[in-house]
Formats: sequence, C-alpha cells, structure tokens
Amino acid sequence: MRKKEMLAMLLAGGQGSRLGILTSDKAKPAVAFGGKYRIIDFPMSNCVNSGLDTVGVLTQYQPLTLNQHIGIGIPWDLDLKNGGAAILAPHVKGGEQGEWYSGTANAIYQNIPYIDKYDPEYVLILSGDHIYKMDYSNMLDFHKKNGCDVTIAVLEVTMEEASRFGIMNADENDKIYEFEEKPEHPKSNLASMGIYIFSWQKLRAALIEDNKVHADSDFGKHIIPMMLNAGEVLYAYRFKDYWKDVGTIESYWAANMELIETVPKFNLYEDFWKIYTNNESQLPQYTGPDALIQKSIVSEGCSILGEVNHSVIGTSVVIEEGAVVRDSIIMENCIIHKGCVIDRCIIDQNTEIGENVIMGTGENIVNEDKPKIYNTGITVIGSNTVVPAGLTIGKNCVIYGKPGPECFEGSKLESGKTVIVEKEAII
Amino acid sequence: MKAIGIIMAGGNSERLKNLCTLRAISAMPVASSFRAIDFSLSNMSNSNIKKVAVIAQFNSRSLQDHLSSAKWWDLGRKNGGLFIFTPFLSNDNSFWFRGTADSIYQNISFLKRSNEPYVIITSGDAIYKLDFHEVLNAHIQKGADITIVCKDLANTDKDVRDFGVLELDGDGRLANFEEKPLEPKSTIASLGMYVIGRSLLIKLLEDAIPNGRYDLVKDVIIRHRKELNVYGYKYEGYWTTLNSVNAYMKANMDFLDPRVRSMLTTQPYIDTKPKDEPPAKYNSSADVRDSLIASGTIVDGSVRHSVLFRKVFVGANSNVENSIIMESSYIGKGCVIKNAIIDKEVVISDGKQVIGEPDNPVVISKGEIV
Repeated sequence: MRKKEMLAMLLAGGQGSRLGILTSDKAKPAVAFGGKYRIIDFPMSNCVNSGLDTVGVLTQYQPLTLNQHIGIGIPWDLDLKNGGAAILAPHVKGGEQGEWYSGTANAIYQNIPYIDKYDPEYVLILSGDHIYKMDYSNMLDFHKKNGCDVTIAVLEVTMEEASRFGIMNADENDKIYEFEEKPEHPKSNLASMGIYIFSWQKLRAALIEDNKVHADSDFGKHIIPMMLNAGEVLYAYRFKDYWKDVGTIESYWAANMELIETVPKFNLYEDFWKIYTNNESQLPQYTGPDALIQKSIVSEGCSILGEVNHSVIGTSVVIEEGAVVRDSIIMENCIIHKGCVIDRCIIDQNTEIGENVIMGTGENIVNEDKPKIYNTGITVIGSNTVVPAGLTIGKNCVIYGKPGPECFEGSKLESGKTVIVEKEAII
Repeated sequence: MKAIGIIMAGGNSERLKNLCTLRAISAMPVASSFRAIDFSLSNMSNSNIKKVAVIAQFNSRSLQDHLSSAKWWDLGRKNGGLFIFTPFLSNDNSFWFRGTADSIYQNISFLKRSNEPYVIITSGDAIYKLDFHEVLNAHIQKGADITIVCKDLANTDKDVRDFGVLELDGDGRLANFEEKPLEPKSTIASLGMYVIGRSLLIKLLEDAIPNGRYDLVKDVIIRHRKELNVYGYKYEGYWTTLNSVNAYMKANMDFLDPRVRSMLTTQPYIDTKPKDEPPAKYNSSADVRDSLIASGTIVDGSVRHSVLFRKVFVGANSNVENSIIMESSYIGKGCVIKNAIIDKEVVISDGKQVIGEPDNPVVISKGEIV
C-alpha cells in the first residue's frame, strides 16, 4: 500500500437514542437530513473536499442502512484501488471470541491493522453525528505548525452550555493544559467537537497502553487525559463556523428547518464545498396543476400535487391532491394520501399515510412512555410504517409498524400516546 | 444477452438551430436531468448488453464529458463495457466518417473482436424505453437477417415523411423501404434501431465501404432488402426524436404527462451521470405548477407548464410559462419568459421579456446575456 499522510476514521456506530424511533432501525449517522442527505454525508464530504482519500467507517449499531449508503464509496469518489472508503465492523479475531466496540478509542484500537496498512503520519478521528462543513487540511496545517501530538477541534459555546461538553482549558496560545468532561463549574467555553488529529505513532502507543487498563477505552475519558498527563503537546483548534449536533428530536427538526431560510446559516448551495450523497434517483420533481409549494426544500423524484409549506421533503415522496404538509420533515419514498393534514411532524422513510389523516393537532401533552424524547409537540412516525386512513393524531405521538385501525380507538390517537407494532421476527 | 450494442451518436441537425452548435444531438438535455443518450444507453444496459460502442463525431466534447465515466450505466467493466469511437487519422484512413455505415466500418475491429452473435444498433438521440430482449427474441423466432424496430405513426403528431417508411407484409417481412418519401405508402416509420447478425454485418460492410457505399440505410439495408430476410418489429411505447426545435420542445413537455413520465418512474430506471445538487428550494413567493423542477434550482417567482433543469434561479415576480430553462440559467426579477427555450448559463436581466409563439419558441443560446 502506498503511504498516506493522513487518513480518517469515522465513528459511525452510535445509536443516538435521543432521536427515538428514528434510530430504532438505523444508526444516527444514517438518519436523513436536509431532504436528500444522511447525517454521515457531511463528515464524508468534508473528508473528500479536504483532500482525504482514505476513510474507514466504523459501524456497529444497526449498520444495514449505513452499509448500503456507503457501499464502496462511489458517491464520494472514494472507490479507489489505493485507499478509498472501507466499512470496518466489529469482528472475531483469530482464535478468540468476537468483540464489540466498547468505546470510541477501543474501536480505533481494534482497527490498528487497518491504519498500519497505510502507514500514515496522522490520523483524523471523526464522528458521524454532526452537521458542519470543515476543511480538515487547515486543521492539519495547524497541527504541524504547532508541533502537536494531538489537535482537538473546539467550538466556543456559552458558559451555560459548557457543562454538557468536554471542555478544554487552554493557555493564550490555545495550548491545552487541562481537560474536563462535562464539568459542573466550567473554567472555559471551548467545547470539544469530537474531532481529533493525532500523530499516529503517539496515538498507537496510547491505544495499546490504555487497552491494558480500560476495556472500554474512550477518547474523552481516557486517551486525552492520559496523553495530557504524559506531557504530550495538545492544542485546541478553534472552529468558528456552523456546527450542529442534531441529537434530539427538537434540535433535529430545527436544524432541518434552518435550511429553508432564504439565506440559510448553513448553505447547501455552495459549489466549492459540495455535499455528496448516495442518491438512487436523479429524477426531476413534478409539481402538479394545483400544487402550492412555499418556503420548502424538495428533493429529486418527488411528485407534489398538494400543498407544502415550510417543510423539508426527501427524495421520491408523493404528496397527493388536497394534502397539506406544514412545518414537517418527510423522508424518502413516503406517500401522503389525499386530504391529509400534517402539522409539525417527522415522517421517516418508506412510510404511507392513509387518506384524510389529521396529524399533529390538539393539546401539547408530552409523550407518556418517553417524555424525555418526545416533548416539544413534534409527532414522529417511524420508517416502513403504514398509518390507516381517517385518523386524527395528536402531538408528541409515536407510531411505528403496521397497526390496524383497531389500534386506534374512535379513529383517534390522543397527544402523547404511542403505538408501536413490532415487525415480524425474521428467522 | 447474446448481443453487443452500437449507439450512433454522430448526428447533428440543422433543424435544431443554435441548440446544437455546441453539442451533439445525443447530448441534448432532456426532462430536467437527463441527456438524450441516457435513454439508449440505459435501455442497452437494462437489457443486459455488456458491451456498447458509442460512435460520435460532431461536437463530441459534450458527449465525452457526459460519458466520462461509464459506471452510472453499469458499463464501467473490465471486460466489455463502454467504448467511445470518434474519427481518427491513421495510415490508411484520413477521413471523417463518410456515412453511418462507414462510421461502423472504421471501427470494424470492435465487431471482429466480439463473440456475441448479434449486434443491436440504435440512434443516440431517441427518447424511448425498450427491452432489447424482446426485439432479439422476435429476430430469432422469425429467422430474420435484419430486424428493424418500427412504429406506426398514424394517430400521432409526427409526420411519417420525416422518417424511413416501411411497407411490411402480413408476416411483418419488409416489402419496401423508402427514406423520407414525399408520398409515403404506409404510416410505419423506422426508428433507426436494428438487430443484425454480427458476421453478416461485417460481411455487408466489407462489401459496401470499399465500393464507395457509406450509408447504413440506403447502401446496406435497402440495397439488400430482397435477398435478405428483413423484418419489422413494432414498438408500441412512447418514442420521439429530437429532430427539430419544435420536436425538442414537445419532447420535454411530454414529460409533464404522467403517462410519459412513468417511463422514468418505473423500473428499470433510465440512468444518468449524477450531479450532486442540493434539493430544489421554493421561497415564500414561489408559485410553481404543472412543471418539472430539477435539484439545485431556486424559485422565487411563478412557473407554469415548464421544464426547469438543474441550478436554475427564477427571481421574484417573474413569470415563466411553457418554457424550457436549462442548467445554471438565471432569470432575474420581474421577467416574463413565455414559449421559450433558454439554453445553459443564460442570464435574463431584471424586467426583461422573452416571448415566443407556441408553435415557434424563441431560442436563447448558451451563455447569452439578455
């Protein structure tokens, strides 16, 4: 293998449990975003736009959607003979039992042979959870200029938010002298974005060392403090642009809606930093004779015959005559039948909403089963779901599977209720 | 599939006026996100043809650009795959292609080095969806030497006098073939697609070209129609060709009809080279009806019965009606665009009007600023 200066390891195995039903059958990086994209497209595209051509994607939780999406990396021009995209799944090692990835650093530790094959100077560690555009080559220049062993990308957050992040305490040159994980009384507002550049030989030694102590080796909890204590050079690299962790239903919804602004904070329409995705469809969208689409973004292959207002529509969605979709996110291949009124809902892919369903109406009562996840009035319909015709569905509701009309007493689902019909077991 | 494919993409057309000065007809943009050749290429690939030659000549740069990678049609293969042939100079050849038959003859090694017993020849500028298995099966079943795919143009808007006209007997065998006759004796037109045995084609070409006969239709098919078994295969689906400005306009508008559009929305799909544009954006004053909109397009104004390609911008208070607007064109504020074809990268300044007749659309050339 030809030597690579830097390769990227993209941690894409997390569930993202606060996204509720959206991540019940796919990992968080595979969740759709901005109509035609999936969350992982942003770090993946950043890699190729930054000139990186070797990306290992580490999967674990529900990897099917992700595997199909990444494939051999064609959408990112990463189908290369030397380098390219590689899916790295947990695996059984010679003569031993298989092992799951038990922590972020442990996942990298288990893939040391993959990295060694390319003999890189530097390794970029990314997570597949965030929406942002970043030129990693600038960060690498910073790393080299400061003679770093580790460079950690940081975001300036407000002091109130700081206690939710890993916080870097740094001197006036941004050299880190202390790291605190979710401190109660933060001393600085430089929050780790989970983006690291390591000089590979240093990281390699640290991973092997830490594996002897912690079976669930983690970058924030173990590797960074350990390297700091060992006197390695760590710098904070300040990132001042748009960065969003779409970790909750509300923040996911809001980040999607931001794209609709006439001049959005996060602009997908810049030619010099394109976001690439695996889209099967290149079809135009058809807007019908009575369609009305305003303040919305609509992806390829849709057929919009009804009304769409302030919404984000994925690829090949059908919205029939007389249906109204407002303030909602509809993911790919959904069908919204005639006469539906969809208000402030998230509808996951391949779902069908029967005729005359009124959704997202009534009082704002938090979800009874999972009040911490569904509490801002947004009703969420899972993927591959069929919602029977004629229902009235409230706010903070969750529907998943193929429930019959008998599951809805009086053709109604009150706000805060959940109907989940498990899929048939696959033997 | 026991056949190799040849796509004749060499054509240029005077009747397409300035739309074709910079591009081959087979590279004409169609239906918001496609190029004409996508249809023939996808039909071949979807019919499991593993080896396809595209023969290009005029303005082949636009075509080369589109075909820069063959993987989008699953033709990026180690064995077989996509071949692009343009005229070249060599010791014994210093000509442009002198005709359709000559263009194949000059690449006869492509035929000689293949093993498949049949060759399927199509044009690169036709819009249609066809499973070539069916044509080949009919060819074999009839024991034909040559099969011509044809269509009855009665009850269509097309004038049969623009095409090669076939007279078929009760069995579907060719009795007579006239190229663009003034007084056609039938309404059945050749669609310029043929199935022929590979060794037979080599033999016919080696007989024709050295004797100064260069045209596939006149010098190969018509000349040998009596001694060979030539059959017609009737194709019933949607078919059109981009042989004039009006035909180009109509072909695009046809895709507003769900019956024609189903060609794109049902499997097997017509594939094209992907462009990574973001979703189309409709701002608060947008009013788009009965139109096709491609990705990357941003609409502030009103659009009716039109076909918009990628990365088009339509400003506020502008009205676009019954028009085609190609990639990266910019329509300012308060413009009126009616019965027009706006080529790529055109800028229509604020308040300008571009208005044509329904049966005679205005054409604004690539890169113009109005």
